[in-house]
Amino acid sequence: MEITVTINGQARTSDVQPRKLLVDYIRSDAELTGTHIGCDTTSCGACTVLLDGVPVKSCTVFAVQANGKSITTVEGLRQNGQLHPIQEAFKEHHGLQCGFCTPAMMLVGTALLDKNPDPSEDDVRWAISGNICRCTGYVNIVKSIQGAGKAIQAQASGQAS
Amino acid sequence: MTTTHDQLSTSVEVGGIGHSVRRAEDARFIQGAGNYLDDVKLPGMLHMAILRSPVAHAKILSIDTADALALPGVVAVITGADLEGYNLAWMPTLSGDTQAVLATDKVRFQGQEVAAVIAEDPYTAEDALALIFVDYDDLPAVTNPRQAMAEGAPVIRDDKEGKTDNSVYHWEAGDKELTDRAFAEADLVVSLDTHYPRSHPAPLETCGAVADVNPATGKATIYLTSQAPHAHRTLFALVAGLPEQNIRIISPDIGGGFGNKVPIYPGYVVATAASLVIGKPVKWVETRTENLISTGFARDYHMHGELAVSKEGRILGMRTHLWSDQGAFYADAQPTKFRAGLFHICTGSYDFPAAHVVADGAYTNKAPGGVAYRCSFRVTEASYIIERLAQNAAYELGMDPAEFRMKNFIRPEQFPYHSPTGFVYDSGDYHTALQKALDAVDYPNLLKEQEEARKQGRYLGIGIASFTEVVGAGNSRDYDIAGLKMFDSAELRIHPTGKAILKLGVKSQGQGHETTFAQIVANELGIPVTDIAVIEGDTDNTPYGLGTYASRSTPVGGAATAVIARQLREKARRLAAHLLEASDEDLEWEPGRFYIKGAPEKGVTIQDVAFAAYTNMPDGMEPGLEGVHYYDPPNMTYPFGSYVVVVEVDPETGVWEVERMIAVDDCGVRINPMIVEGQITGGLTEGFAKANMQWITFDNDGNCIGSNFMDYLIPTAWETPRFELDETVTPSPHHPIGAKGVGESATVGSPAAYVNAVIDALRPFGITNIDMPVLPHRVWSAIREAQAR
Repeated sequence: MEITVTINGQARTSDVQPRKLLVDYIRSDAELTGTHIGCDTTSCGACTVLLDGVPVKSCTVFAVQANGKSITTVEGLRQNGQLHPIQEAFKEHHGLQCGFCTPAMMLVGTALLDKNPDPSEDDVRWAISGNICRCTGYVNIVKSIQGAGKAIQAQASGQAS
Repeated sequence: MTTTHDQLSTSVEVGGIGHSVRRAEDARFIQGAGNYLDDVKLPGMLHMAILRSPVAHAKILSIDTADALALPGVVAVITGADLEGYNLAWMPTLSGDTQAVLATDKVRFQGQEVAAVIAEDPYTAEDALALIFVDYDDLPAVTNPRQAMAEGAPVIRDDKEGKTDNSVYHWEAGDKELTDRAFAEADLVVSLDTHYPRSHPAPLETCGAVADVNPATGKATIYLTSQAPHAHRTLFALVAGLPEQNIRIISPDIGGGFGNKVPIYPGYVVATAASLVIGKPVKWVETRTENLISTGFARDYHMHGELAVSKEGRILGMRTHLWSDQGAFYADAQPTKFRAGLFHICTGSYDFPAAHVVADGAYTNKAPGGVAYRCSFRVTEASYIIERLAQNAAYELGMDPAEFRMKNFIRPEQFPYHSPTGFVYDSGDYHTALQKALDAVDYPNLLKEQEEARKQGRYLGIGIASFTEVVGAGNSRDYDIAGLKMFDSAELRIHPTGKAILKLGVKSQGQGHETTFAQIVANELGIPVTDIAVIEGDTDNTPYGLGTYASRSTPVGGAATAVIARQLREKARRLAAHLLEASDEDLEWEPGRFYIKGAPEKGVTIQDVAFAAYTNMPDGMEPGLEGVHYYDPPNMTYPFGSYVVVVEVDPETGVWEVERMIAVDDCGVRINPMIVEGQITGGLTEGFAKANMQWITFDNDGNCIGSNFMDYLIPTAWETPRFELDETVTPSPHHPIGAKGVGESATVGSPAAYVNAVIDALRPFGITNIDMPVLPHRVWSAIREAQAR
């Protein structure tokens, strides 16, 4: 079946099997391998992408369900050659170790910050509670997302003045 | 963290030891540009899926693959009978046993590999699995080691000639006679029976392989989720009979290992055999369920422990007997001469003369493995039993558990300390670490608070664990994996422009080697970390090493790095003397620069020297500035720490919440404090997971309950406690930079602290033990049973 999906701002039309999972479409057809597969059962969140700005676990969405919609993956975070503040923050606050959960954690983080620019620790922990990290104990992931929020606010007020 | 900063000898720009340098590897990971196993895509690549046994124990009567083979897109279906033709139906394990690659005679655990499909795409491969028909004749399943050792139990390993029971090994350590005497003299004997449950490392990335055997050259390039690529190359050569120079193992970015990626799994072997026969690359990536039911389980020790104690509160001796559930194949990844790993470090942080350990391993109808899940060869189980016994002993003596520990700790002046089971602890200061943790919670006031809370019907508990680890294998006299001695290596090359490349035999799975190992070189040579590239995981392009597990990278690979850097510095000194027209002895070194004694303005930088090594060396000197060092450590290192946990238990529901978690760790010199703390918070979370929720269990038929992340519970950010970290620094006296290894301390030390806290909370009920995971229903039942007594 033919679908058209906008991935990271670029429209892409392709013929896919109706049963193809969105994560496989992203990784194999679109060749964007920053989105990972960790559990196949919607439990770990490693495959999270933004579908029309909302985090979804792409192992439990069919590619055809994304027809006509817009997807952001980790590869879409960097804009105009500049890292997104959340990418900078994950590095600065040591928010990653093996890096496997990181793309999804950053995307969930940006979705949270869009709604809540200055989240509390509990806000962040709740927002990422659908995403498992086996390395960090989450401490620095929380710091990274909060740090990114502050950086985005500082940037915005800098531009306003 | 002043202790670490005191040792800084390089500037922030150079970024040597003690600086929290931001990680080099992050640049690719934060942009989704990591290259994990499943990201490897080769031209013409085929995909493999594995058919697994649905039952725990059965004879295979027949396997019919015709329908699967007829499915369009299927290239091949492989069974054990096919592999027998290549002598590959069985393979050796890391513990000298054999393991079925694809089952031929029987299946011996649920999830065992029975057949493999090779297809043009992964969906077709999965479809074809449903078209393979296997006729099984069920046999009774054995699901625990005591049942396995009982008279008349079905013999699981009837493939082994003359095998009439399910015993894997009987092993002892320590001095039985001396220990019996200690117990005879004891005023009090405290005992504990507990099961350290089967668990799974479950790194977020599962295991997999992409095998690419070139039909023209015979060169086998095997991408592998491998924590030990060099050892795996040698084992591949021995198993498959391929010439070792024609095997290249590439371990790409690894999405967490924790011991899961140490063994060789049947899937790796089948994918390689398939590529060899078909002549195209073959990819196999586990599903999560395959990962949890078939690869690399950990723990599963049924333990009985006893402490002999004097009425004054001195430990006199210790006895333990453990029954190890090995699953269907004995596949522990551990040194050959220690059958129960390093469990005999179970005397822990305490000074007493007598200990005796008895270990019995048994086959069961469960997955093989016995990997050290984020620990150094069973030190986790050892630490758990002694720390649980110490708490119960204190209670029976009427002593405070902290005071009991302080009284029995090995004292700082006793190091190097010879333990009753044969270890030589390198250094430690246990009293200071525990005192720091107690001060952090204001222990005397906390005890009062607990007393008050009890009066109000609230159950606060305080748990302490003062652990000692043994990490950094080996020395080569005592430690090996499958006969390969446990040394490690570093090759350092300094280019003419003063930039360096460091190649290692170890392999990061998230620990940050590309940063910390560069920091060691920066510290020794004054070359900025940003000028140093670190390469690992490609056996064609790195020196031989045993890999990364058991917290051995820094103790062994880190030592190799420091030594080779120092050797190059000595050559650099001779070059500098040549450039400065001085003699070697007249030169002084400061990080990054040689200068003439008494004339600090007359000097040359390491970069000047590197250039001269290729452009202006003295007559007779070998050109270049590079070298390789293989480091055989003189001893293990012994990280330690004290953890204090405060919990509150709700007696109505059995739910317990962590109020505080204080972790004081001593891993010797900290190369990168930021990374060290990240390792500790990760380990504390895994320790909490084991104490609170995470286990792999089975029903009586051997069905795995815990085959996905909805049944095998892993803490999210919401359940994970908040941690408070502190440190002491007691350098290892034998390590070139005084470091000890830290990746596993918190997983090893913390489970007992959490459990001790819950048991402490339940003291008013007279409860002395609840096995891990301390699930709410277990707590609730224990309270109800206690109230009924």
